[in-house]
Amino acid sequence: MLKTFSIGGIHPPENKLSVSAAITELPIPKTVVIPLAQHLGVPSKPIVQKGDQVKVGQLIAQSNGFISANIHASVSGKVVKIEPSADSTGYKRDAIFIETEGDEWMDGIDRSATLVKEIKLDRNAIIDKIAQSGIVGLGGATFPSHVKTMVPKGKKAEYLLINGVECEPYLTADHRLMLEKTNELVVGIQILMKALDVKKAIIGIENNKPDAIAIMKEAVKNIEGIKVQALKVQYPQGGEKQLISAVLGREVPSGGLPIDIGAVVYNVGSVFAIYEAVQKNKPLVERVVTITGKQVKKPSNFKVRIGTSVLELIEQAGGLPENTGKILNGGPMMGKALAQLDVPVVKGSSGILLIPEQEAIRKEVFTCIRCTKCISVCPMGLEPYLLGIEGEKGLYDKMENDRVMDCIECGSCSYVCPAGRPLLDYIRLGKGKVGQIIRKRNTK
Amino acid sequence: MNKLFVSPSPHIHSGDSVSKNMYGVIIALIPAFMTSVWFFGIGSIVITLAAVLSCVLFEYLIQKYMFKTAPTISDGSAILTGLLLAFNIPTTVPIWMIITGSLVTIGIAKMSFGGLGNNPFNPALVGRVFMLISYPVQMTTWPVPMSDNRFTSIDGLTGATPLGVLKEGLGKGDKLETILSQMPDLGNMFLGNIGGSAGEISAIALLIGFVYLLWRKIITWHIPVSVIGSVFIFSGILHFANPELTAGPVFHILAGGVMLGAIYMATDYVTSPMTITGMLIYGICIGILTVLIRVFGAYPEGISFAILIMNAFTPLINLYVKPKRFGRVRS
Ligand code: SF4
Ligand code: SF4
Repeated sequence: MLKTFSIGGIHPPENKLSVSAAITELPIPKTVVIPLAQHLGVPSKPIVQKGDQVKVGQLIAQSNGFISANIHASVSGKVVKIEPSADSTGYKRDAIFIETEGDEWMDGIDRSATLVKEIKLDRNAIIDKIAQSGIVGLGGATFPSHVKTMVPKGKKAEYLLINGVECEPYLTADHRLMLEKTNELVVGIQILMKALDVKKAIIGIENNKPDAIAIMKEAVKNIEGIKVQALKVQYPQGGEKQLISAVLGREVPSGGLPIDIGAVVYNVGSVFAIYEAVQKNKPLVERVVTITGKQVKKPSNFKVRIGTSVLELIEQAGGLPENTGKILNGGPMMGKALAQLDVPVVKGSSGILLIPEQEAIRKEVFTCIRCTKCISVCPMGLEPYLLGIEGEKGLYDKMENDRVMDCIECGSCSYVCPAGRPLLDYIRLGKGKVGQIIRKRNTK
Repeated sequence: MNKLFVSPSPHIHSGDSVSKNMYGVIIALIPAFMTSVWFFGIGSIVITLAAVLSCVLFEYLIQKYMFKTAPTISDGSAILTGLLLAFNIPTTVPIWMIITGSLVTIGIAKMSFGGLGNNPFNPALVGRVFMLISYPVQMTTWPVPMSDNRFTSIDGLTGATPLGVLKEGLGKGDKLETILSQMPDLGNMFLGNIGGSAGEISAIALLIGFVYLLWRKIITWHIPVSVIGSVFIFSGILHFANPELTAGPVFHILAGGVMLGAIYMATDYVTSPMTITGMLIYGICIGILTVLIRVFGAYPEGISFAILIMNAFTPLINLYVKPKRFGRVRS
């Protein structure tokens, strides 16, 4: 039996249409819009002004607090304005607009494809480099990567886990990275092992990517401490807690963090960015994005400069199909629906998914028939039906008691509900309210 | 381009629906219906049609004219309730009684609580118990299986059910051995060649439906197995403690409505517990209550009452029996 996480889980149809499309570079866009809030935590502070000339890789906004991340110019050219602009959340938030002129990079950035194996920097220098380079969790959570390398006093990192699961249907960016940048990833893992001072690293990959499993296994076979773990295909295994449970058989305590049980998790995309930052001095200015959908002409994996409009990706993938009903930033289970197309690709954009009209409409909602299906799929062992009813009635203290805050918003419950109940909608609402209540209580 | 549709995640759905589940159970009941037609003939068709049509009609009328909401009879739940009601009554019951039973089933047990999803008790069982109390004679007059005129007339010969014979015989002080010797053998009981309610007689047909339900993942094994298992074990214990007074465990699971109740009535989504542990507790209690009522109670049959009693405990079980939670233990 292949390993997987301890409870719940679903297996939606995979539709990995872009899996055989090698990563290609998207043409440099004419303008980019770089939001100041594209990571978890405090938005960055801009350090350029309207009219400034910038080069690729130049710091343009500074980390603004412990949980925050630096932001760099992804194109060279002129800063034309800094003003609010709609991002993938649909809200208008401050962003730096740059008009491209040529492609001039900062000095000292190594853009060659040569593999640099030897890790010269010491521990602190590595952590510093990761922080400077503005790297965040590229799986979509966008948690600043350097924060995870700073293990709190009294805790010890024992295992480094690499998330190569990519359990969202349709997405293939990480899969392609594992196939095409295998050796870079291995060096990236070694960098992180050094930074975290751990002896054991395990790369978790779902069994629907046998080629990635094989190639990664081959690449680490003579390296001590690094192992590849094939996993049963089961959504949401890419969730940090589920991955740890699958690989190590340990459960992150409710309200706790992976480091509480000795684990630190990095996504494959982040590991590659860390390799480039530490070995090549290259800050996070581009990322791999999957653009796909059943009616998309050329499902692709593009290397995209941060700040590129989603529209350009769609054009390069063969244009917007006639009957598109919904466009998602991310996968179908956890992605966000875009209200408009001229929003930028940000650090957390792992994929753009076009959904045809007939699949975009939500189901009619019936009363809960208590079929228990939502309970059996919930990976956190919650009772989504109950949280749904409580959320509908506004019973937030009950929701807190029923551990609504443990929900990882994987959407498995809404996915299976035969009554078409939008369980996660109610749960999200409850999480928001309960969060407010808890904060108020704590400040009293 | 048209306006983009924006909604929160998830953006895909399994495609499962209420009606798929309901029709799934209806399909699973087809073998039992066919055996009941084979053994009881035309009466079985007549009562089934009467119950299904009147349940669907009452649901439609109540939704349309009392609730003034769009009728949801297409979800299949009223058809299923009608079928289960029919399966729980003898094929010789007059049609007008069935119609009143359906009215109680749909009107009181289901719609007065707000319809599908809100009813605390299994509607078909409420209907059955109502009929048992209101029409005790008709409800305990049983058709003889395989009677010669079963396809030509609905007034079949009447006989007895194994459980009825047992209860009556023991009541008169007859020896268990003599009573059992007058009954069909276990093979015939397994096939369904016995007296009883329309759909409960054939264990094999009900089991075929069970396998189908498991395969379609419409229900899990927990409730049926715990009900049947605990009837088996508990009646077995009583039998071996006092072989003179209690029939054997195989007899108890094949006679009467244990199979039908365990597989199709106790598993009713709305009225059964939400967690695996809850389901096992519920199932075991139903099994034990069934045997207690059969052996020590006034009625020969106990499964309907047992399920209804446990329906009442379902909210309590849901309150105290929670699923295993991820990350519960603080390290
Ligand atoms: S899956 Fe839907 S219908 Fe089933 S118990 Fe959960 S909320 Fe109710
Ligand atoms: S969205 Fe939350 S409640 Fe629903 S299955 Fe996922 S973790 Fe459980």
